Amino acid sequence: MSGGSTDTAPRLALRGMVKRYPGVLANDHVDLTLEAGEIHALLGENGAGKSTLVQIVYGVVKADGGSIRWNGAPVNVDGPSHARALGIGMVFQHFSLFETLTVVENVALGLETGAGDMAALAARIADVSKRYGLTLDPQARVFDLSVGERQRVEIVRCLLQDPSLIIMDEPTSVLTPQEADQLFETLRRLASEGRTILYISHKLDEIRRLCSRATILRAGQVVATCDPSVETAQSLAGLMIGVEVGPTRRGASVAGGGAELVRVEGLSMQAANPLGTPLHDVRLSVKKGEILGIAGVAGNGQNTLLSALSGEMLSPRADAVVFEGQPIGLEGARARRERGINFVPEDRLGHGAVADLSLSDNALLSGWGRWSLVRRGLVSFKKSREKAAHVVDKFSVAASGPDAVARSLSGGNLQKFIIGREILQAPRLLIAAHPTWGVDAGAAAAIHQALIALAEGGAGVIIVSQDLDELFTLSDRVAVICAGRLSESRPAHEVTAEDVGLMMGGLFDAAIAKGGSAPAETGDTLHGQ
Amino acid sequence: MDIFSLILVSIVAAATPLLFAGLGELITEKAGVLNLGVEGTMLMGAVVGFAVTASSGSVFFGIPAAAVAGAAMSGLFALLTLNLLANQVATGLALTLFGVGLSSLIGQGFVGMPLSRLPQLDIPGLSDLPVVGPLLFGQDALVYISLLLVGVVMWFLSRTRGGLILKAVGENPAAAHRLGHSVLKVRWLAVLFGGAMSGVGGAYLSLAYTPLWAENMTAGRGWIALALVVFATWRPGRVLLGAYLFGGVTIAQLHAQSAGIEIPSQFMSMLPYLATVLVLVLISRDATRIRLNAPASIGKVFHPGG
Amino acid sequence: MASHAMLLATPPLAVLLTVLSGAVLFAALGFDPIAALTAYFITPLTTTYGLGELAVKATPLAMIGIGLALGFRGNVWNIGAEGQLTLGAICAGGIALAFYGDEGPWLLPLMMVGGAAGGLAWGAVPAFLRTRFNANEILTSLMLSYVATLLLSYLVTGPWKDPDGFNFPESRLFDDQALLPIILEGTRMHLGAPLALLAVVAGWVIVARTFIGFQIKVVGLTPIAAGYAGFSQARIIWFTLLLSGGLAGLAGAIEVAGPIGQLQPSISPGYGFTAIIVAFLGRLHPVGVLLAALLMALSYLGGEQAQIELGLPLAVTGVFQGMLLFFLLASDFLVHYRLRRLAPAAA
Repeated sequence: MSGGSTDTAPRLALRGMVKRYPGVLANDHVDLTLEAGEIHALLGENGAGKSTLVQIVYGVVKADGGSIRWNGAPVNVDGPSHARALGIGMVFQHFSLFETLTVVENVALGLETGAGDMAALAARIADVSKRYGLTLDPQARVFDLSVGERQRVEIVRCLLQDPSLIIMDEPTSVLTPQEADQLFETLRRLASEGRTILYISHKLDEIRRLCSRATILRAGQVVATCDPSVETAQSLAGLMIGVEVGPTRRGASVAGGGAELVRVEGLSMQAANPLGTPLHDVRLSVKKGEILGIAGVAGNGQNTLLSALSGEMLSPRADAVVFEGQPIGLEGARARRERGINFVPEDRLGHGAVADLSLSDNALLSGWGRWSLVRRGLVSFKKSREKAAHVVDKFSVAASGPDAVARSLSGGNLQKFIIGREILQAPRLLIAAHPTWGVDAGAAAAIHQALIALAEGGAGVIIVSQDLDELFTLSDRVAVICAGRLSESRPAHEVTAEDVGLMMGGLFDAAIAKGGSAPAETGDTLHGQ
Repeated sequence: MDIFSLILVSIVAAATPLLFAGLGELITEKAGVLNLGVEGTMLMGAVVGFAVTASSGSVFFGIPAAAVAGAAMSGLFALLTLNLLANQVATGLALTLFGVGLSSLIGQGFVGMPLSRLPQLDIPGLSDLPVVGPLLFGQDALVYISLLLVGVVMWFLSRTRGGLILKAVGENPAAAHRLGHSVLKVRWLAVLFGGAMSGVGGAYLSLAYTPLWAENMTAGRGWIALALVVFATWRPGRVLLGAYLFGGVTIAQLHAQSAGIEIPSQFMSMLPYLATVLVLVLISRDATRIRLNAPASIGKVFHPGG
Repeated sequence: MASHAMLLATPPLAVLLTVLSGAVLFAALGFDPIAALTAYFITPLTTTYGLGELAVKATPLAMIGIGLALGFRGNVWNIGAEGQLTLGAICAGGIALAFYGDEGPWLLPLMMVGGAAGGLAWGAVPAFLRTRFNANEILTSLMLSYVATLLLSYLVTGPWKDPDGFNFPESRLFDDQALLPIILEGTRMHLGAPLALLAVVAGWVIVARTFIGFQIKVVGLTPIAAGYAGFSQARIIWFTLLLSGGLAGLAGAIEVAGPIGQLQPSISPGYGFTAIIVAFLGRLHPVGVLLAALLMALSYLGGEQAQIELGLPLAVTGVFQGMLLFFLLASDFLVHYRLRRLAPAAA
């Protein structure tokens, strides 16, 4: 552990940090004080300025104003290497890993020169991972690792440089509840050694469990500093958002009376990516007017399942997917849209829309069939503009008009456009993947309302998400996908977050033992090999 | 030398230019850059190597000059694709077209000029052994260098930090950039190396294989070298294998006539090209192997910071 | 978009830079730059015959260029157009020779159809190999070019050699029935020119108005979104390769039924490759392709003119064409750089 503190000087003291970007003041005279051995939360909504602030601390961006004191001495962090040399480490939300290389090689690439030979490094990795409970096989190739394990590689890489401040950026967005608990153990151990943890998140319950102090940012400014363990989630949320956003409530659901809309039976198939997770004997059923939520950590076969449902990938058998009584497993995306099956993919700009095309062209992209925009091989661009304008209007999309390029919209607005585009095609089944990730609270609420309204109108909805709050807000029934297997779905009110967490970790059996019904498959570990 | 030894030796000669160009392009592609200008670069190496050797009287000037010419060509490619972010496929094609034209222009005065072949090793006793003698001990310096190069490239990729960084840049340039490695620098070096090797490969054609200069004398070998890299699934040892296989096919068709095979010469000449297509098909169908070995970022433009 | 101006300005900019570099090159080779540039770019346009020649050379370039441009839009790289052109010539020539001595207005159309079919078939091979085996179409189409050239060589030195031709490697000269009529007196400009124009117009319609044109655009920009929309990448690969192959084959048929009038080992000064430059120079847009074809045709004529007038080596043409493409690609930077600065980081 480096950097003994001078008297009682805090480990890190930021005073009056300012950072401007064109059109927005990302950090508005922000103060932040971090002590040794503290786990400090940096709390705020998307766009509050958290990322910018830590990027300044880590030297990725230069502040426009303010001062930084490290262990009492003023510093100017030139770049990440300088930050690391000072003893500041960061674990990013998006990993910098190389899939076809081994863990040792990945760690070596993140260290400065003089990493020593690979064997010695492997030994150090084994040592660190044991010491902090971060189980890792140094010779494993990264593509074989789960997301949680990949995060451990990032953490080990960070720890090998013996940091006295560790910044963690939204670390649990990719973890099951059990893995998150393990991470918290690791963080507490690190803090007990005198290291400081700066924990960025918007997850209130975690922060209350883990952190001893919290700094809350809203719209670039510090609105409060407090001890989260004595606050309630509501008070923290209030400070974060500034106004009470009522949780969207599901109205009286269609009490099991709806007819079966879609059924998936015995679906086993390979992923599109040769290194991806295959599906094993997946089974599900959705009724008209029902919302099915599928929980699961990224990388467990969601994408393959989604592609199989949307028609972007064909199933091995026609009757693997049955819609309104018809076997459609061998029908492609075109035909499925004709039948009234619409899909909102996770990726806005690379999948659900083409970044460099206008909203009008993007309306054509999905709606050409249902909206009859093509006659005898020729496109009616006039009609697609009208449709795009209609979507923009109906869903309050902030855009200059149907000719606006998709890339120019903010994340939330583009998502509203895409969801609107699919909903206005009057689908009988809508499949939505992570419908509100990276979307601000206002737009997210609007999207949730739209999905509920769709179901109340008699359509079936399948939602795949990592956000358990979202799933429980919206779903009638909940299932969990893990290692390519899907659990039996159960009514949402019968399932606790802990059950879901267990199932996300692959322990379907343990969840039953606590009182649930029999799952589709017997228990399987996360690695399923 | 009996016909059998003659054939073996000529296979080596046919394989060597492919080996140089293939190894060079392998390094370039490992870094995530697809340089389709190999054909044009080889031609420039051939003409410059010939011209400088003829003018100066010594291959010791000619071969390095060919390497420099090759590196200059690929440097142009690097400038356009890495700094000016131009489309790699189009730029590579432009490089080939330019190289074909420029080499013809430069070579105007050298067509038909005789030149003595690159000197070959002659160890009394060893070089006279039947079959093995000329094959192992009677080759010219470039052949031995090409074989050494295989080992060097293998060692570089698997055992050095530089090789690790190269592979990382090709696999995920954004991540490599975030970790502080200069994607631009690594790619520039990889491209320059590739160009220099293509230049030397071309020079081998004009200085050893057939010591003369003729327009377009590479006859598609640059393109075959590109296919070789895919065939080898980006592994140096396999490039060696592939180069010699192709060398074998090339020579086989040359000797088929004298062996009494009645097929018209043009059809025999088609063999190397058809073999290339076959090889590509066989390797490309295995998507998993491709994903595991091909540098994931190949051909894609990298914008640092965006 | 403001950068639209850049998109239009860069090709002329590239041309200007090439001309300037050309002047430097000529001077370095010991020629008078002004005389050389005049011979290259002005002199060929001063006579009716010259303009006719321009049309003759621009015809295959435009016809092949438009097909390639469509493919490039869809990220399908047909580099073997030269081979498809050769197959077209072989088929058309074969039909002409098979019906040697016969009369009838059906001969010429049959040759044209045959030529298109030949090129189409030759383009079908890389399409099949790509969609079925994921084999890179750049390499496969190119390898087949070499094969096509060898095939032609075999035919004209062997079974199709003119029996009364003093053993030269060429076929009989085609009957008048099998030749394209001249449409401009005093020149060699033939019926192929309006056909090429027609191809360009058809290309424009496809790009601007049709659904398949939209699909090609999406597949080229974002293949995953294309899959989402239900567009089949395989269909686009087949469509563009068959179309560009067919057009190249037709161009080959036109060449042998027009200016060449027989089959020879060499029936093209690299039109299939130059058409690639034409496609890029024309920014993959039909109108641009037409203009670029005319410009490149001029560079061929200019090369011949400069050689006759000043003794400038013919190889300079190839250098010019390569330089032009380089400058265009380099100036693309201005377009992209502007585009990136205009779009704020979103989503």
